[in-house]
Amino acid sequence: MSITAEEIKKIAYLARLEFTEEELKNFSGDFNKILVWMEKLNELDTTSVEPLIHMSHEINVLREDEVKITLTHQEALSNAPKKDTDYFRVPKFLS
Amino acid sequence: MKRYNTLREVRSDIASGAISCVTLTQYYLDNIERKKHLNAYVEVYANEALAQAAIVDEKIKAGTAGKLAGMVVGLKDVLCHKGHGVQASSKILSGFISQFNGTAVQRLIDEDAIIIGRQNCDEFAMGSSNENSAFGPVLNEIDPTRVPGGSSGGTAVAVQADTCLVSLGSDTGGSVRQPAAFCGIVGFKPTYSRISRYGLLAYASSFDSIGIIARSIEDTALVLEVIAGSDDNDSTVSTTVVPEYSKSTPYTKKASVCYLKEALESPGVADDIKEVMRKQIASLQAKGHTVEPVAFPLLDYILPTYYILTTAEASSNLSRYDGVKYGYRSSNATDLLSLYTKTRSEGFGKEVKKRIMLGTFVLSAGFYDAYYTKAQKIRRLIKETTEGLLQQYDFVLTPTTTTTAFKIGDHSGDPISMYLADIFTVQANICGIPAISFPKGTDANGLPIGLQLMTRAFEEESLLTFTQSLLDD
Repeated sequence: MSITAEEIKKIAYLARLEFTEEELKNFSGDFNKILVWMEKLNELDTTSVEPLIHMSHEINVLREDEVKITLTHQEALSNAPKKDTDYFRVPKFLS
Repeated sequence: MKRYNTLREVRSDIASGAISCVTLTQYYLDNIERKKHLNAYVEVYANEALAQAAIVDEKIKAGTAGKLAGMVVGLKDVLCHKGHGVQASSKILSGFISQFNGTAVQRLIDEDAIIIGRQNCDEFAMGSSNENSAFGPVLNEIDPTRVPGGSSGGTAVAVQADTCLVSLGSDTGGSVRQPAAFCGIVGFKPTYSRISRYGLLAYASSFDSIGIIARSIEDTALVLEVIAGSDDNDSTVSTTVVPEYSKSTPYTKKASVCYLKEALESPGVADDIKEVMRKQIASLQAKGHTVEPVAFPLLDYILPTYYILTTAEASSNLSRYDGVKYGYRSSNATDLLSLYTKTRSEGFGKEVKKRIMLGTFVLSAGFYDAYYTKAQKIRRLIKETTEGLLQQYDFVLTPTTTTTAFKIGDHSGDPISMYLADIFTVQANICGIPAISFPKGTDANGLPIGLQLMTRAFEEESLLTFTQSLLDD
């Protein structure tokens, strides 16, 4: 299949990315080439094959639900680009 | 000071008084400075490493030193190291300081390793040439016009260029083995889940594994023994008992080995590499091992399967980088949506954005089953077929790479040609099995060639001892 510039823009919105028209043009070429390459998988009949979802050999790893401080409030805030004493700060989004 | 290839040599010279951890660390720091142009390090912890070296010297004298005392190590810029930067060589994590140690890093520290710095890599470990880094490309010491491989390029060059003894990298599709092959050293990826991923920045979680780059099998075995094993902070990590790999007895059995026919027949594999494969096969046979060619009809489906699944997982894993909690935040944002969008568009590099887009696409409504579920089914086919092969044979032998180190910029035009460079390494990650790249000769230009061995899950011990027997030739 081939994907249009409009569809790429929609995917970009879902991924919270944006591209200039120039980037978008270069990008669609690459993107379509890779998709065609990926479609090679359709050559294989997989009707009776279950998808492989988990790679770990461990099953239902459980532990006691104990309250622990693994990261303090201040440590969690320490890398924030913008914060106050208690919270991460972002532009206002409720009017 | 001479170049050390193993911790054993280091310890022997410390015991004789020829060197100390401090003089050794200073030697590596001088080498880092002299070889700065290779761009292997993002950050060097000179004072801290020297201070730690002095402490370890005292511990050695007191007889209280850990297993890794005297080992100077570097960390790929994807491993959390408390109080130190980690940013996956991406602008989007600019200024990020880790608040905790990842499990593997903590275990190195607990056994008295000296951490000398963090190393350049492809952004978020996505790449095969170390050209996709916010810190610029890493150069191969053997020929600085060539790439070191990727994504753990800085990690491999740091060991190649004698700036540390061992490095930890990460391997999602060959990111430890391929650069080790391009740099003429040992690169090892264990079974999936053998080493805790706690504190490893995630790229594709069902493929990611911490790997070891070293100059010897014995150091690889020792480091694996220290960092592997169960961990309360990673519910996927294996609870299978960790053998004392460093005390393994030499491999004396007659092994049965298969090699992929395509490795000797495909026009994509360089002639000099085929020649090294043929020699290796002959030498194995001369020693009484059984070596047989096998066809792997699913070979052509390995890379598309890998790229569908890893981009899907990456698009999900990398959604956390939004400019709110840590790292880079765009100053051009006007509202919350543009804060996310501008931060991500300005902060991520080209290859990472491409993979997030592909991953978002294959997971999107209407395409999910056709791409993502299909690839998960083929992953099962590839895994089961490979396991079937490993029922019959102890090891699978392949070249690590199809060519030796290529020129910087060589693959910039065609996105798929770069992906094809990983054809032999990706299989081990798709199947979750252990694999190692070991150096075997050079091509006509003097560039190192690496061969790869794969084996059954959790059979690292025989993989390491068998590889050692091939290096002793």
